[in-house]
Amino acid sequence: MKRVYVNEKWCLGCHLCEYYCAFAGTNEKDMARALRDIKINPKINIEENGGVSFAVSCRHCEEPLCVKSCITGALTVSDGVIKIDRDQCIGCYTCILICPYGAISTSDDGAVQKCELCVKTAAGTPACVKGCPNGAIVFEERG
Amino acid sequence: MKGLNGALSDNNKANPVEGVIASGGSPVKYVIIGNSAAAIGAVEGIRQIDRQGEITVITNEPHHTYSRPLISYLLLGKVTEENMRYRGDGFYTENNCTLMSDTAVAEIDAGKKQVVLAGRARVPYDKLLVATGSSAFVPAFEGLDTVPSKYTFMSLNDARSLGKALDKSKRVLIIGAGLIGLKCAEGILDRVSHVTVLDLAPRILSSILDEDGAELVQSHLEGKGMEFKLSCNIKCFEKNTAVLENGERIAFDLLVLAVGVRPNTALLKGIAEIGRGVVINEKSETTAADIYAAGDCTQTLDVSSGQSRIMALLPNAYMQGECAGINMAGGGKGFNKAIPMNAIGFFGLHIITAGNYNGDVHTVKGDGNCKRLYYSDNRLNGYILIGNVEKAGIYTSLIRERTPLDTVDFALICEKPGLMAFAQEDRMLKLGGVAR
Repeated sequence: MKRVYVNEKWCLGCHLCEYYCAFAGTNEKDMARALRDIKINPKINIEENGGVSFAVSCRHCEEPLCVKSCITGALTVSDGVIKIDRDQCIGCYTCILICPYGAISTSDDGAVQKCELCVKTAAGTPACVKGCPNGAIVFEERG
Repeated sequence: MKGLNGALSDNNKANPVEGVIASGGSPVKYVIIGNSAAAIGAVEGIRQIDRQGEITVITNEPHHTYSRPLISYLLLGKVTEENMRYRGDGFYTENNCTLMSDTAVAEIDAGKKQVVLAGRARVPYDKLLVATGSSAFVPAFEGLDTVPSKYTFMSLNDARSLGKALDKSKRVLIIGAGLIGLKCAEGILDRVSHVTVLDLAPRILSSILDEDGAELVQSHLEGKGMEFKLSCNIKCFEKNTAVLENGERIAFDLLVLAVGVRPNTALLKGIAEIGRGVVINEKSETTAADIYAAGDCTQTLDVSSGQSRIMALLPNAYMQGECAGINMAGGGKGFNKAIPMNAIGFFGLHIITAGNYNGDVHTVKGDGNCKRLYYSDNRLNGYILIGNVEKAGIYTSLIRERTPLDTVDFALICEKPGLMAFAQEDRMLKLGGVAR
């Protein structure tokens, strides 16, 4: 299946992927208006240190430790995409304990949040991929 | 994508086949005793390999599979019984299995390969999984039989009984300041007049926290109104009064016994090797032929310490159960990454811990947060995070994978867990899916 892949050699550290991710969840038309004066909490996050930067989001593992560890059954796999039922999640953070990529994060409402490849928002290409100005984030099939 | 999740790269999953045929030529009969995480993991494991075999799930509880850790959230009002379900309503139908609920198992006749029910009916098996979990340990306190309202806190029925007894006039005494006792305390605090938690140990959560961490969490809980009696031993009970060894008397209306748990191993006595729990190997096999075990009733290798121990935790239970199921169906899977690990929170204060606390320690404290990393011999042994727990899984993975610390930027990872601390080629593999 297609997944989001990241090549740190092309990452500019511009954080636009984070803004596009946050915007994708708002259902607004204008990004500047939608994100004005708010602290964004995106599901993709840039790590940066000493001139190196790259984006990290859910890897949609074939053997997802988060799904196996979820105590409520809120995390499930659907056509290869790992989804979170935020109504079922009670915010125990067992998935944060186990995800080896640090790709699941907390949110203000208590439930965890994670990348779902934009299946719940825009169909097709994930917003972070569309918005990356330098092709450092791609959405494709790899072996 | 196989190599991408390094955490599981040594697990070999067999290719699914349409049906596994027993030696007699009929579909394999799988019997699972238990209906919680390990049992559900086994059903899902079996069905990855064998879609035809007959699966029978036997449980002494009268419920659809539910998430046991959610019983405190039920009392707290954060979940309903409906959304405590660990799997959807259609689970048993979709997986073509027969659920025998409210059914007690009397014994296992390993010679005849049959499970004998309490009513003496027999259920034949080709492959058997014992996923019987654990039970509350109730010490023989003097005078306990004189206490009119006493509860344990392990099951949905326990939670229902306790829930019915709660009201704003009740004073509750909880014996045991461990994970179960404190989650119970959190669940009921606002529904009763007072909660006192008593423990023999000098600190709360003594199995997962060090002194400093325990103090931080204790003061948070005291701030919410809980009272603690630590380093205290019960001498006896006199109806609604607990008499302590130091002479102090504590009056209460409801008593909750959360001293500890014991694995339910009795069914395998004389059949398979039992230490403190049922001894299993990394394929979830017991020492008895065609009998597997998984979850809280077992003891297995803790890779963080190299010792065999009971690790009664839901994620381990599911993964052992899934591994058992795959192997019962003829696949080849090893689960050899069990470690103690806990994610728990109280009134918004989150705690994540893993591994063991031996070796040198790196500490970062401040702003209500506490981080402790324990390491020796070039390996991370364990950690405690209180407050900020983001990306804890990076640390967990270092422990589970036994990653040599000289292959990562340990100073950076101590400061901030992240993939940045790994070598560039590892990062490319983790984020690019392929070596570059």
